[in-house]
Amino acid sequence: MLACSELSFSYDSKNAFNFPSFSCQKGETLLILGKSGTGKTTLLHLLALLLTPKSGSIKLNNQELAKLSAKEAALMRANHLGIIYQKSHFVASLNVMENLLLANYLADKKPLNLHALKLANDLDIEHILLKKTSSLSGGEQQRVSIARALMNNPEVIYADEPTSNLDDENCEKVIQLLENQSKTIGAALVIVTHDQRLKERFKNIISL
Amino acid sequence: MLVKISWKNIVDKKLSSFLCILLMTLGIAMISLLMLLGKQLQDKFAKNISGIDLVVGAKGSPLQLILSSVYQIDNPTGNIYLDDVQAIAQNPMVKEMIPLSMGDNYAGYRIVGTNKKYFEHFKTKIADGAMFKGNLEVVLGGQTAQNTQLKVGDTFASSHGLDSEGEKHTENNYKVVGILAFNNSVVDNLILTSLNSVWSIHDHEAEHHEEAEEKHHEKDEAEHDSTERREITSAIIKFRSPMGMMTMPRNINQNSKLQAAVPAIEVNRLFELLGIGVEGLQFLAAVIMFISGISVFVSLYNSLKERKYEMALMLSMGASRTRLFLLLLLEGIILSLSGFVAGILLSRLGIYLVAKALNKRFHFDVSQFGLQTGEIYLFIGALFIGILAAALPSIGIYRINISKTLAENN
Repeated sequence: MLACSELSFSYDSKNAFNFPSFSCQKGETLLILGKSGTGKTTLLHLLALLLTPKSGSIKLNNQELAKLSAKEAALMRANHLGIIYQKSHFVASLNVMENLLLANYLADKKPLNLHALKLANDLDIEHILLKKTSSLSGGEQQRVSIARALMNNPEVIYADEPTSNLDDENCEKVIQLLENQSKTIGAALVIVTHDQRLKERFKNIISL
Repeated sequence: MLVKISWKNIVDKKLSSFLCILLMTLGIAMISLLMLLGKQLQDKFAKNISGIDLVVGAKGSPLQLILSSVYQIDNPTGNIYLDDVQAIAQNPMVKEMIPLSMGDNYAGYRIVGTNKKYFEHFKTKIADGAMFKGNLEVVLGGQTAQNTQLKVGDTFASSHGLDSEGEKHTENNYKVVGILAFNNSVVDNLILTSLNSVWSIHDHEAEHHEEAEEKHHEKDEAEHDSTERREITSAIIKFRSPMGMMTMPRNINQNSKLQAAVPAIEVNRLFELLGIGVEGLQFLAAVIMFISGISVFVSLYNSLKERKYEMALMLSMGASRTRLFLLLLLEGIILSLSGFVAGILLSRLGIYLVAKALNKRFHFDVSQFGLQTGEIYLFIGALFIGILAAALPSIGIYRINISKTLAENN
């Protein structure tokens, strides 16, 4: 369902990236592995439509996304893509529940309260729903980020370095959470990381 | 939802929001208070002089004559002879002459001797009892009756002078025969009686003076057959045509021992004097409002810097830049409008306190709490400042590079 071919991007003449072609099916997980400076974040931003590629194509369900206008891209992001950033950030003045429902609001949907509660239950963040995000632990923040990315039932979930700061035990937990959740809603999961521990877990791997 | 997020953001930075609102509140309250006071004083002053073309009294300050005779708030300039005024009233241009005689009070409320024309002029209505007929009968103004608790049938001893501490005239007591309805004019705060009553109270004191004066003026007043020369304090004069206004004041001032003052001119002069102070204060209030705008600007500018990532995040979640711009704009608007509402409330509280203070000192009843036309402009002004102060820093929303901002914070 997600297919990219010959994506390239350049910040300036020195910093040019050419990415290999790849694809990922519904319910599958794709691991994009690469060391620092190989353009991992750039690729993620291209896939998340935050940057426009110089050439190449990104197709989601056979729709070409690479040439969308800023407005169309925003609409696409809100409704079909879920993004989990490396560092968790929230709207500081809102509590956890409000941050979750914000995803619905920004996608022009009605607040899906029940969906939020179910996700909170699955991700074990029910007890902190009314807390401010600044008072949460790192692990809690990450789980809230995951819940937020799932609020609009996206078709593709992008995760940027979800395990880089975690010990082996928690690394396994988070990956399992991501896999389970994306399988439940039938989304493709794309993980961008330099974490070599994940290498053995997935068979679908692209190296940069 | 947008309003909710704006509101949450405002609550989240309590101190800076408080400062913005406080400054706006002060500015609005000051301007609004000045507008209310100015308008109400002007109304009051204008109402009391309407129909009064000229005031005649003893030589002195014309403003003092107007304040004492029309508004009953300053001391009289002195006494004049009734027949001198009557001579002026003979002029065909004069439509009506209302004599006024004061000098006594009860509990600080002035006792004014006059005739029925005074009541007709102010269009008073009797709320209780009847008009005075006999000697030493009085009618109370509405406010006087309320504050002194006197009722029809009560009697009281007046005090000499215009302060309640004056020497008491214990020999003769006044009797209340009527109470007037409130009519929002100077009459509300007076005690009215006939000229004869005032004279009879003072007769026993003035006997010696009058005899002396009678001899002194014997030759000048030889053609006059009255055995005594009655004194009054001043007289209100109405003309038949505006022509009287052109010639008579000048004539009286130059050719007699009396002074003629035109209320309209004196009140304008008074307001011009007050106007300088009012304008100064209004300028100060405008400056405070402007500073409030700057503080909204600085607060939003700083918060936008802090929340750049937050904004990029919301953009990446599908928010349009216009929506985020509106979000920030709303913060500015909420801040300035809260300031406006608080300012209006504060000014009403101020008016209430001023009215209370004025009621005791000048017997002015100032009570008008509705929104003034000027305050609608103030509302637009506050809104404009809020929008402008919020819009300037919020334009930064359109310059945020989502990818770069998100990557920088990784």
